[in-house]
Amino acid sequence: MFGYYLRLGMMSIRRNSGLSALMMLAVGLGIGVSMTLFSLHYTLSADPIPHKSNELFAVRIDNWDPDSPYSDNRPTEPPWQHTYKDAKALLASDVPTRQIAMHKSYFTLNTDSDDVKPFMVVSRQTTKDFFAMFDVPFLYGNGWDESAEDSFEQVVVLSKSTNEQVFGGEDSVGENIRLGAYDFKVIGVLDSWAPNIKYYDVNNGPIDEPEDVYLPFALTAPLELPIGGNNNCWKNEEIVGFQGQLDSECVWTQFWVELNSASQKAAYMDWLNGYVTEQKALGRFDRPMNNRLDNVVEWMEANEVVPSDLTIMVGIAFLFLAVCLFNAVGLLLARFLAKSPVIALRRAVGASKRDIFSQHLVEVGLIGIGGGLIGIVLAVIGLAGLTKLISDVEQVARFSWSLGGIAIGLSLGATLLAGLYPTWKVCRVQPSSQLKTQ
Amino acid sequence: MTIRPIFSALLRNRTGAILVVGQIALTLAIVVNAVFIIQQRLEHIGRATGMDVNNIVSTRVQGFGNEYDHLATVREDLAMLNALPGVVASAAMESVPLSGSGSANGFRDSDGEEPNSEVANYYRVSEGVMETLGVTLYAGRMFSPEEVNWRSTEEQNGGFMPSVAVISKDMAEALYETPDVVGRMIYNNLGQGAQIIGVIDRMMGSWVNWPNVMQVVLLPEVPERSWTRYAIRVEPGKADEMVPVIEEALENRDVQRVVNATRTMQNMAEHAYSRDNAVAVILMIVVVLLFIVAGLGIVGLASFTVNQRTKQIGTRRAIGARKRDIISYFMTENWLLTSIGVAIGSILAVALNIWLSDAFGLERLNYWYVPAGIAALWLLGLLAAAGPARRASNISPAVATRTV
Repeated sequence: MFGYYLRLGMMSIRRNSGLSALMMLAVGLGIGVSMTLFSLHYTLSADPIPHKSNELFAVRIDNWDPDSPYSDNRPTEPPWQHTYKDAKALLASDVPTRQIAMHKSYFTLNTDSDDVKPFMVVSRQTTKDFFAMFDVPFLYGNGWDESAEDSFEQVVVLSKSTNEQVFGGEDSVGENIRLGAYDFKVIGVLDSWAPNIKYYDVNNGPIDEPEDVYLPFALTAPLELPIGGNNNCWKNEEIVGFQGQLDSECVWTQFWVELNSASQKAAYMDWLNGYVTEQKALGRFDRPMNNRLDNVVEWMEANEVVPSDLTIMVGIAFLFLAVCLFNAVGLLLARFLAKSPVIALRRAVGASKRDIFSQHLVEVGLIGIGGGLIGIVLAVIGLAGLTKLISDVEQVARFSWSLGGIAIGLSLGATLLAGLYPTWKVCRVQPSSQLKTQ
Repeated sequence: MTIRPIFSALLRNRTGAILVVGQIALTLAIVVNAVFIIQQRLEHIGRATGMDVNNIVSTRVQGFGNEYDHLATVREDLAMLNALPGVVASAAMESVPLSGSGSANGFRDSDGEEPNSEVANYYRVSEGVMETLGVTLYAGRMFSPEEVNWRSTEEQNGGFMPSVAVISKDMAEALYETPDVVGRMIYNNLGQGAQIIGVIDRMMGSWVNWPNVMQVVLLPEVPERSWTRYAIRVEPGKADEMVPVIEEALENRDVQRVVNATRTMQNMAEHAYSRDNAVAVILMIVVVLLFIVAGLGIVGLASFTVNQRTKQIGTRRAIGARKRDIISYFMTENWLLTSIGVAIGSILAVALNIWLSDAFGLERLNYWYVPAGIAALWLLGLLAAAGPARRASNISPAVATRTV
């Protein structure tokens, strides 16, 4: 029977092509606008590392000004980053499976080759576990180990694009590059890697690309490597030279741990509390104990990776969809009731209410799918428009198959729901009522 | 014309009426809030910067290698830039306004026990910064070349306050509660003071969404290190064409550094406001689409009612109703629906705004937006119903005698 209804539905849509097109357009507009904004929201809020996001935790402790919280708007939040000395101290724990301290930085990169013009690179100074912890894929070579950190080896891991720019994509392990005034030996080249959200460093820009080069964190102090990214200070202290920066209460390093079980997490929290208590005894950490372990998704929420603007607009877009659906219900109602004589005739020759109901619901469904398809086209156009409007959203303003599925499902579901009343109404047409007047 | 019969006719066709009322109500609620948000964003974007944004280019140079002499480089670069055709003025700046990158610090009005304190954007700059940015003085004067502190690395330890400073009027008012502060002292957190020699009318700082963005402190200082930024004012209308010229000139003058991030201040402003701009544009599109969809909804349902009542209209015409009676009947019917819709919509609009401000910290609606929205929807309703009503009035009285 379904095939027959499908044919009837198609026929009906073709016969009333103008009105059908109008209904599909109404639904399509609603779907298009809401899916454009929802897509962006969906990508920004999606878990960037689903298989282990529950085991990766951003670590926070509150070393801020005793007299005022880190954030005036959200006074319960500890600072997002750490002082250098705390990051170093946290590395001493043996509780986590893995742990990393890191910070962002910038360099000029140059080589001995005349073919490669010097250029600026963004770098990440991090500890050895970075690559394993965040599942970073290698194309050539690999990261460094503890002995390299201990002996301050000047080694570097390049991103795929940096390796392409400098070495034309060849296996460059063993080659030398110069960052600022220092020579580094390439020990690894990453494969393509760009999580949708740069969750491991959201305070410097959640939709930034990953860094171009990766160096051991251990080198920051001895080589006096530059410090980039957010750097926030609260204490009125005289900061003299690079060592002054390292010794200061300014926060500019980030710290992550991998904890594989609830008990390990509890044990680490105890360890953190112990550390802060110890520091309190030394006269630091004057604020109330406020240690945090946020997993990846919690960390993104705490950092408001999805801007509230966007949430508001998604809400407004769905209200717009509701107006479009109201519209479609009105048009459907008009259309179905206009068909009353035909329906009455079909009822008179033996079609049951159920038959009429299913037939019209199939027709409504076709309109829903049509609307969904129009909506997808509009959403793709809308997202392209968004990338023109907002800088740097290319990476997150993308339409995917799953979003297409959501669009069709939403359109179909919403239209069917909206079509229930007109369909129900049309079933109640009495066989006799219309025949009489003819 | 009495409303009663129209009202009872509406009650008999409740579904159609409810659908129109629902659309109107939701449309009003969305439009009022959307227009309010758009208005706020446009105001935010349109704030005066105090600078000649259209004609400024900025760039960043980063030196490398062991022979790199930063202070000499900056001096030579500035001399070269100032001699470049098309360039009006240039200055070295630690960071550039509107760029999203910069430094902020707390400043005090005294070094006593209980000083007032205000956080401001601060810029370490070379002389010529005022002409470069196109800012104007409210009082006092700008730095003379002799006042600029070219500090070597060894001299930089222990604080950063030079002997004189220029501050923005907003900063003066925030810190001293008066703009007339020339000659007074301003202190950093370490209690190091500088004498204020000038007050700028207005100058926007680095982060356009920061509440303190208009609080600016300029310090005449060029610190030695590996990088700096330059702000370069060019002849009016030449900013875009000067970007590659400036970049090339800097690159060619000295190969011991990388020149990057050369762009116009206009471009930085667009970048900084791109989210606000996107919000405004998207909401404008939604508002326009809403009017179209709601308008079409009214047309559709009014046409449907007219079709349904063809015979009834014919009968009324046959017994003496004039065309304008028919038109006014349908227009009144529609006006009634629109009115119920906007009545419900007003409540929804306020409720939506209260929810938005509670959940997202949006500002409370200026309630004048509601009557303005109501007027717009009334107009929309009248326009949308006019066509079907006209068609109804053209129904011939002879229809009354036909069976269908």
